[in-house]
Amino acid sequence: MKLFNKHFLITMIAMISIGSQLTGCDGSSSGTPEVVPPPLPVAFTFEVEVINLTNFQPLSPVALIAHREGNIWTVGESSSDELELLAEGGDNSLIISSNFAPLNASGEAPIGPAGRETISITVFDSIDGLYLSSATMLVNTNDAFTGFNRLDVSGFEVGQSQALMTPAYDAGTEANSEAEGTIPGPADGGEGLNVARDDVDFVSLHNGVVTSDFGLTSSILNESHRFDNPVAKIIVTRVE
Amino acid sequence: MKIKSLIGALTLGLAAVSVNAQQIEVTITNLTHGIYFTPFVVGAHDADFHVFQVGQAASTELTAQAEGGDIVGVSGLLDDVQAVVVENPAGGLLAPAASATLEMDTGTNEYLSLTSMLLPTNDGFAGLDAWQIPSTAGTYWIHVNAYDAGTEANDEIINGGGAPGTPGIPAAPGMDAGTGATGVTTEETNNTVHIHRGAVGDDSLTDGKSDLDNRIHRWLNPVLRVRVVVQ
Repeated sequence: MKLFNKHFLITMIAMISIGSQLTGCDGSSSGTPEVVPPPLPVAFTFEVEVINLTNFQPLSPVALIAHREGNIWTVGESSSDELELLAEGGDNSLIISSNFAPLNASGEAPIGPAGRETISITVFDSIDGLYLSSATMLVNTNDAFTGFNRLDVSGFEVGQSQALMTPAYDAGTEANSEAEGTIPGPADGGEGLNVARDDVDFVSLHNGVVTSDFGLTSSILNESHRFDNPVAKIIVTRVE
Repeated sequence: MKIKSLIGALTLGLAAVSVNAQQIEVTITNLTHGIYFTPFVVGAHDADFHVFQVGQAASTELTAQAEGGDIVGVSGLLDDVQAVVVENPAGGLLAPAASATLEMDTGTNEYLSLTSMLLPTNDGFAGLDAWQIPSTAGTYWIHVNAYDAGTEANDEIINGGGAPGTPGIPAAPGMDAGTGATGVTTEETNNTVHIHRGAVGDDSLTDGKSDLDNRIHRWLNPVLRVRVVVQ
């Protein structure tokens, strides 16, 4: 707010200066009037590179938000409907909606094993008190996701970056049945969101997938879908 | 010009001796329950070098270490970039719960890397990728994860196969594995360096799909603890 006022003040000064020059110009020897362009808004751009470290868990299109209040999730608390949609169905549309987070960006496509994608987000005027948060689903699961929550970027200088190794979380909104028809990823092609909450209904770290190779005979998953933490490397860099 | 800048560098070097030349002590501890580590290669190098990077294909040198424990190639890569290298600080295998300590003068090198293969695995390795050595004296702790080099299918058949491109696991040093397995998988989905998903194993020492024991040959990250004392 403070910086916004300063910005407004600079704009006003620029306008006054143009005005006085035009007034002072008598059209003779004082040369062409110098036109002072209004100052461009100050832009702060962050790039977020997500690298998939799993063997066979594609990551759904990444949700990235810039915010000052709130969380995408809180461990131990119930998932929001926005997170449930992402964690069960790989659909980030509610998290990146303007109601949930006015400043947001989305990955272009799922990130396969060994894949990576860089997403950028630009904030104008100020990064005072600014946080970045991000979430993406491990799509060959019932409701596992990874990401980072409330990374304080207010002190980031241009060129500064921070690498995060992120674990798998369980949204707690859908039982980890691993049953055919319940997993939206390519291992199954089953259902995404189911609004029924038939699990613990709080966010925790994920306890891993069991798979049919480890005795869960009704699992559509096999040993190739297992994962250990961390499941992603995420590098946040301020580039402007 | 060249001489002049060399003199400049020398002067700077002398002035910065107390900052740059660091004596460090590195202690590596095997945190696993039943996994052995092959000889480590530990290197102090500059910011531009990586023995490995997640999400990128393993070099042929790292492949040789991750599949067969061969340290010659990785050590050579470090030599090529004028790194300070310490080979095999454990004097052989590092058993579960065991530790190995080494000392090194890092010179002007500010980054530390280390690699070692997990046995028995097909191409699992533990690695530290370019950890920035603090300039402030003190004791620092690092937890190291197990990676899959992404170069060989995790068939979990112990057949002595350690050469790059040869399927199978070289050995199970704990002498607690089986034989006669038919193989867990012939596929490797992620062909870059990634977090190892763990071993499958089974409960038969004479047949089944894996020669590994599903009660012993398993782990969760982290697999190593590294203590660095900067003097």
